Amino acid sequence: MSKLENMIEMNEVNKWYGDFHVLKDVNLKVKKGERVVICGPSGSGKSTTIRCMNRLEPFQEGQIMINGLELTEDVKRIREVRTHVGMVFQHFNLFPHLSILENLILAPTWVGKKPRKEAIETAMHYLERVKIADQADKYPNQLSGGQQQRVAIARCLCSNPDIMLFDEPTAALDPEMIGEVLDVMTELADDGITMVCVTHEMGFAKKVADRVIFMDAGQIVEENEPNEFFDNPQSDRLKMFLEQILDH
Amino acid sequence: MKTHKKARQKEVAFYNNPENRAIIYQVLALAGIFIFTYFILNNMFENIEKRGINTGFDFLSSEAGFGILQSLVAYDESDSHGKVFLVGLLNTILVSVIGIIFATIIGLLVGIGRLSKNFMVSKLSMIYVETFRNIPILLQILFWYNVVLASLPSPRQSISFFDSIFFNNRGLYIPRPILESGFTAVIIAFIIAIASVIYLKKWATKRHDETGEDFPLFWVSIGILIAAPTLVFLLSGMPATLEIATLKGFNFKGGWTLIPELLALAFALSIYTATYIAEAVRAGIEAVPKGQKEAAAALGLKDSTILKKVVLPQALRVIIPPVINQYLNLVKNSSLATAIGYPELVTVFSGTSLNQVGQAIEIILMTMAVYLTLSIIISILMNYLNSRMQIKER
Amino acid sequence: MAIYEKLEAKPAPQGTKGIVHWVKENLFPSVLSSILTIISFYILYITIPPLLDWMIFDATWSGTKEEITKDGARWIFIFEKFNQFIYGFYPEELYWRPNLALVIFVAYIIAFKRVNVKLKAFIIISFPIITYTLVAGGFGLEHVETEKWGGLLLTIIVASVGIVASFPIGILFALGRQSNMPIIKTISVLYIEFIRGVPLITLLFMSSVILPLFFPEGMDFDKLLRALIGITLFQAAYIAEVIRGGLQAIPKGQYEAADAMGLSYWQSMGLIILPQALKISIPNLVGSFISLFKDTTLILIIGLFDILAMVTLTNSDTNWLGFETEGYVFVTMIYWVICFSMSKYAKSIEDKFNTDHK
Repeated sequence: MSKLENMIEMNEVNKWYGDFHVLKDVNLKVKKGERVVICGPSGSGKSTTIRCMNRLEPFQEGQIMINGLELTEDVKRIREVRTHVGMVFQHFNLFPHLSILENLILAPTWVGKKPRKEAIETAMHYLERVKIADQADKYPNQLSGGQQQRVAIARCLCSNPDIMLFDEPTAALDPEMIGEVLDVMTELADDGITMVCVTHEMGFAKKVADRVIFMDAGQIVEENEPNEFFDNPQSDRLKMFLEQILDH
Repeated sequence: MKTHKKARQKEVAFYNNPENRAIIYQVLALAGIFIFTYFILNNMFENIEKRGINTGFDFLSSEAGFGILQSLVAYDESDSHGKVFLVGLLNTILVSVIGIIFATIIGLLVGIGRLSKNFMVSKLSMIYVETFRNIPILLQILFWYNVVLASLPSPRQSISFFDSIFFNNRGLYIPRPILESGFTAVIIAFIIAIASVIYLKKWATKRHDETGEDFPLFWVSIGILIAAPTLVFLLSGMPATLEIATLKGFNFKGGWTLIPELLALAFALSIYTATYIAEAVRAGIEAVPKGQKEAAAALGLKDSTILKKVVLPQALRVIIPPVINQYLNLVKNSSLATAIGYPELVTVFSGTSLNQVGQAIEIILMTMAVYLTLSIIISILMNYLNSRMQIKER
Repeated sequence: MAIYEKLEAKPAPQGTKGIVHWVKENLFPSVLSSILTIISFYILYITIPPLLDWMIFDATWSGTKEEITKDGARWIFIFEKFNQFIYGFYPEELYWRPNLALVIFVAYIIAFKRVNVKLKAFIIISFPIITYTLVAGGFGLEHVETEKWGGLLLTIIVASVGIVASFPIGILFALGRQSNMPIIKTISVLYIEFIRGVPLITLLFMSSVILPLFFPEGMDFDKLLRALIGITLFQAAYIAEVIRGGLQAIPKGQYEAADAMGLSYWQSMGLIILPQALKISIPNLVGSFISLFKDTTLILIIGLFDILAMVTLTNSDTNWLGFETEGYVFVTMIYWVICFSMSKYAKSIEDKFNTDHK
């Protein structure tokens, strides 16, 4: 098993907020092309875990490797790692003062140093993939939540990342718009991109995930392939959690 | 029976009809105002006549007969009250411009300082704001004038810098540049420098669009703006001399004098207004949601790029309106110069001229008109800026 | 497929918490930051100790003027002139009257929250009458002319009257500006924009010099009254804008619901809209009051003797020349304490609101 087959490697990662131990001995390896879903109660550390992967959160102990690069405190290294990792946020975080098109070409022109024309071509290509090319000249606040999230996904893709991280991407959407975003994410998965997704959307997990991980109180409690995970939970805490979310 | 009902319905319909009511109220309001105004004006004209006060604006061309401490244009006692108005207005503009420049610089620094991660810097910034915001501006002006500047040494024992700048209780004396004819070349060089910076910006943007390459525009521009005029200045044999203030007897002659009244007013206005500007800057930067910085960082953008392209554009939209409002406040507060005798518009025109001429109504209304005009111009400017900057919504 | 044992929380490692870590993170995280820290400490070093020396350690706290030996603040001047700073020229034997008014004021404030509406109205109506009688005279109490009012007493009176009188006028203009009737709206807009566009000092000049001309001769206009009118009209315009902000924050649905219930304009305003608008505006209203309190200093320019004017005045006593610095410092401290307390109070109200509404 060559080193590069693991896109993401988290070894014995521990994180504290002051005295509060938020991540306890997190060990996680994600292979290239693998699709991993992380779920768990709020406060379990699942968002914190993926935010450590692109160093939006620092960590005190342990080691994180992204595509063979070790994630250190060095600012240049952090930026380099971030060019390999795309992140989709719960609240989209599109830049409201720029048009959709300008949102997408910002990183390619200023980080990737691409000429403007080329960046626009790439941007339009991805806008078409997420089926929103006709809105290219509109501004984020003129779009619906679902549209904004699709744009956010396209914005990540323009930087050609190896890994896509999703932090509860549908949690802030009205129910009728969740489907359009999950569809885009499913298509992405089919294309072979490595994905780590924090979500409660069980249907999506069952359909797309290779592996589902359950976190609680800062540590990984159980992991399994989706069908076994949902139909046959082993640990008590997972059983309790599934009962709570499936009760609706 | 029926006719009764009909009649009553018609009556009710008239003055209970909201539209008619609105008209009635407005007519009453207007009538009230007219009656009140008539009453006032009637008394006013009677009183004016009784006291022998003139009316009309003829006084503007009559001789003023008093000296003014500092004037940007030539003025002496034989000039008219109209000239007094002009001198006062120019002095208001002078102190306001100085105040605005320093208030902005201090306000920016303190506002950004409040957000600093350095504990000492952020705490000191907060202490600055809390201290100077809670002391009335008039008190600050009087304090600077009567306590700080008054305790400076006499001219013979001035505090001096580089043997050419002198600070004492009569004011701040700085060298006056005397420009010779060759200096025009330097001015031309400066104008050319500005033009090249503008052109340079266009070129850098185009280059970035085509190749993605970055260009250190800011530093290069500063370099050009400083180097070009300086080079021309040196090459053309330094066509300017400095007239340094020299002590003759008990006082200084020559050079430029910044009188203590001006200094006290400028210090107080800058320091006081800076507290409000600092708060506006802080609020503006904090108004940008944290997620914006995170998303930009997650895309791999450098901190300086994030600031330039994501944070500042959004922050400035929130910062600029209140800051412009504060500039207006500063100009209005400059009128407090009356308390220390700095000869700006209110002091000389609504003060001394009014005492001489007695035509309070014309004079005070003229003074108010100046500030009102400025207010309206600023309002229009603000509305224009706001509509241009607005973030487009559904 | 894997399940894991529950792990216990471990304490954070040394070096990531504790005082040493805090100092490193917050004071010396980088070279530039460390330089700033050092400069900050230097600034404190050159300002705080000399200030403390002057104000406390080297200051003269007792004795007579002739016995002064130390270099610092000569607070005996303030002690000597204290009554003038606080009461102005008010007759000393009658000090009990404004003091009583203050006690009643505090008592009213404490009682205000705990009483029902009828008593609240009684308080609001009786308070001005009682205070005015106590301070000015009437009902058997000796009359004290307004020329004798001065110092902190005058400052508080002007500020209080200003805020109380400007409040209803401000509400009217705020409603007027929102009105659908074009004339009323225009009058309100013109008034508000005019007042807000000119400096307060010009309005005070206007009310002090021009106002008497508007009324038949012989109608003697008390100097204080002229200042109060100027300040009230000034403040009313600013209050109007604050309340207008509050009114605009009320959802349209509230107006519609009130109309749907058949309430008249004044009923819906008084019972539904204004209570909400005023509540939202409270933090800004307190801010407005703080500004007004600071602005009362301007009355010294038109010849009234507020606490700031007393500094120059007490300094002209030939026995006590040259004590201006102590006077200014004393007045600065009083203003700072009062304004700072009010702004902290406003902030605490604002915080309470932010936790109330979710």
